[in-house]
Amino acid sequence: MKHKGRKVYMVSGGVTKFAKSTPDMDFRLRVKKAFDYAMNDVNLTLEDIDGSVASYFSDHFQRQLMAGIMVQDYLGLTPKPSKRIEGGGATGGLAFQSGYEAIASGRMDTCAVYGFESMSHVNTWKGNEFIALASDTNFDYPVGGFYTGYYAMMAVRHMHEFGTTVEQLAKVSIKNHANAIDNPYSQSPMKLTVDDVRKSPMVSYPLTRLDVCTMSDGAAVAILASEEKAFEITKHPIEITGIGTGTDTMRLADRPFGKVPLLPNEKASDYKNLKYPGIHSFRAGRTAAKEAYAAAGITDPINEIDAVELHDAYTSSEVQTYEDLGLCKYGEGGQFIDEGKSKLNGKVPVNFSGGLLACGHPVGASGIMQGVFMFWQLQKTIKKHFKSDKLQLNNPRRGLIHSHAGTGTYVTVSVMEVPK
Amino acid sequence: MTINPDAKMEESQNGTEIYSTDPLVVKSTYSIDYIHSYAQDSEFFRALGKKKLMGSRCKKCHYGYATPRSHCMMCGAETEWVELPTKGKIHSYTTCYFGSEVFLPQTPFNLVLVEFDGFDSLFMARLIGAEQEDMYVGMPIVAKFKRLQSFSPTDVYFVPAKGSEQPSSSNGKKKRR
Ligand SMILES: [Zn+2]
Repeated sequence: MKHKGRKVYMVSGGVTKFAKSTPDMDFRLRVKKAFDYAMNDVNLTLEDIDGSVASYFSDHFQRQLMAGIMVQDYLGLTPKPSKRIEGGGATGGLAFQSGYEAIASGRMDTCAVYGFESMSHVNTWKGNEFIALASDTNFDYPVGGFYTGYYAMMAVRHMHEFGTTVEQLAKVSIKNHANAIDNPYSQSPMKLTVDDVRKSPMVSYPLTRLDVCTMSDGAAVAILASEEKAFEITKHPIEITGIGTGTDTMRLADRPFGKVPLLPNEKASDYKNLKYPGIHSFRAGRTAAKEAYAAAGITDPINEIDAVELHDAYTSSEVQTYEDLGLCKYGEGGQFIDEGKSKLNGKVPVNFSGGLLACGHPVGASGIMQGVFMFWQLQKTIKKHFKSDKLQLNNPRRGLIHSHAGTGTYVTVSVMEVPK
Repeated sequence: MTINPDAKMEESQNGTEIYSTDPLVVKSTYSIDYIHSYAQDSEFFRALGKKKLMGSRCKKCHYGYATPRSHCMMCGAETEWVELPTKGKIHSYTTCYFGSEVFLPQTPFNLVLVEFDGFDSLFMARLIGAEQEDMYVGMPIVAKFKRLQSFSPTDVYFVPAKGSEQPSSSNGKKKRR
């Protein structure tokens, strides 16, 4: 798909430190803090914002319908245009792209995309129940609705199909928790060993506690603008050069066994005997990447992308996603982590921030948090915002953010670049 | 008109459970009974009572659904109900040691995705009669039906087929952590 709209830039961002529970602040105040951080960073006032997009996943967690308008109201953005976007775990990525569309279409010159989730109002296992309601309630939920269980079955099949090992999965956890040590916004910075990961409590075989992200309270804000406005607001805006979205069947059981949609750097002969996507791969992720790459002019992802923030709700889904994004071929995800290619000093650092595994996953905020971290990375302002430049890459020009829902039902990929 | 400046709102002695006073955190409860219709999926649930596992097949392109749907995702045409074989194979599996709150008392439990000969898609179910390390991809399994129906997809579950033990030498893949 060619995108023919106006150019879109990100001009500022803000994130609250995600936490297991923050009863001293409700969702409105949390968004306000992230919003003010973003606004103050580039000296914007409320008059400068044309409209907004609200990003949050579950009405169950909050037991408050229309929470979006309550945030709009609290921020002082009424009566400007706004809407709520929802798409499971990909809510943040979808909202970010909705903001992109508002600018690209010419409807707005500036758009605030704010995301939040308050998951601490219920206990962890009730929270898992709410999340599992995002699976078919006729056929899947009653059988034992548990997302870690669904991902575990995908991981088992990936291991069967490609020989991926639990040690390779553990290495994702080690990498992301270690990156988080230098990210003050992270929730669980840790130095881990393969043994630590494998010996932590088994949640659903083969995924242990340390293979899985944590539910959290949190908020994140991205402010997007048109070209003219962006350069008025800041000397260093970051261009969003391509967006892509893919979808797949709600039920894991319905995934077809067909052919791989090829990226420019792949050939049909690479996958002669692979039945795709089955349950080992995310067709929505591949579809999203394909669309975004076409828009951004990417033909050789591993050599043309400098950093990736992807949806690592599970270590296994990070490995699966390397392949969907074409950072390596299908089946090579395990080897990719073994070779250290996704490490901070590797070929293409993945989740330099620590990702969802170490930062937490307040659903509606997560996809926007990735955008904010990537924005700072490309702006080379990591030192300013993280109070340390250890996670600042040398000369990053192009970054990719990836948000993911359900068992791979909605997936978004957005490409961000330093303007030429 | 009855103006009463001394009107007083009725008080309740139910009280409120408080978790903390600063910030003030109180307990609030929410429960609902839904009138949930299985609608076009109804036949699947009724058939379980007759010990039949129903899938569907597209009338036009003949794509076979092990989890039924009334319209085909491949071509959009209507499907028809067809009975699935009771024997299948494990396509993938896991053992859940934790779970959603409602299922926590049932942990650990096994989830499997089942493949059936002649059908293109899979079916998700519980498997009993085997532990995590006993299960493997390709394991032959058999559907069993509960006698007392609860009109839930768990009215059907799977057990290992006789003689389905994994050959001990198989790839040295030991399934324990
Ligand atoms: Zn059809």
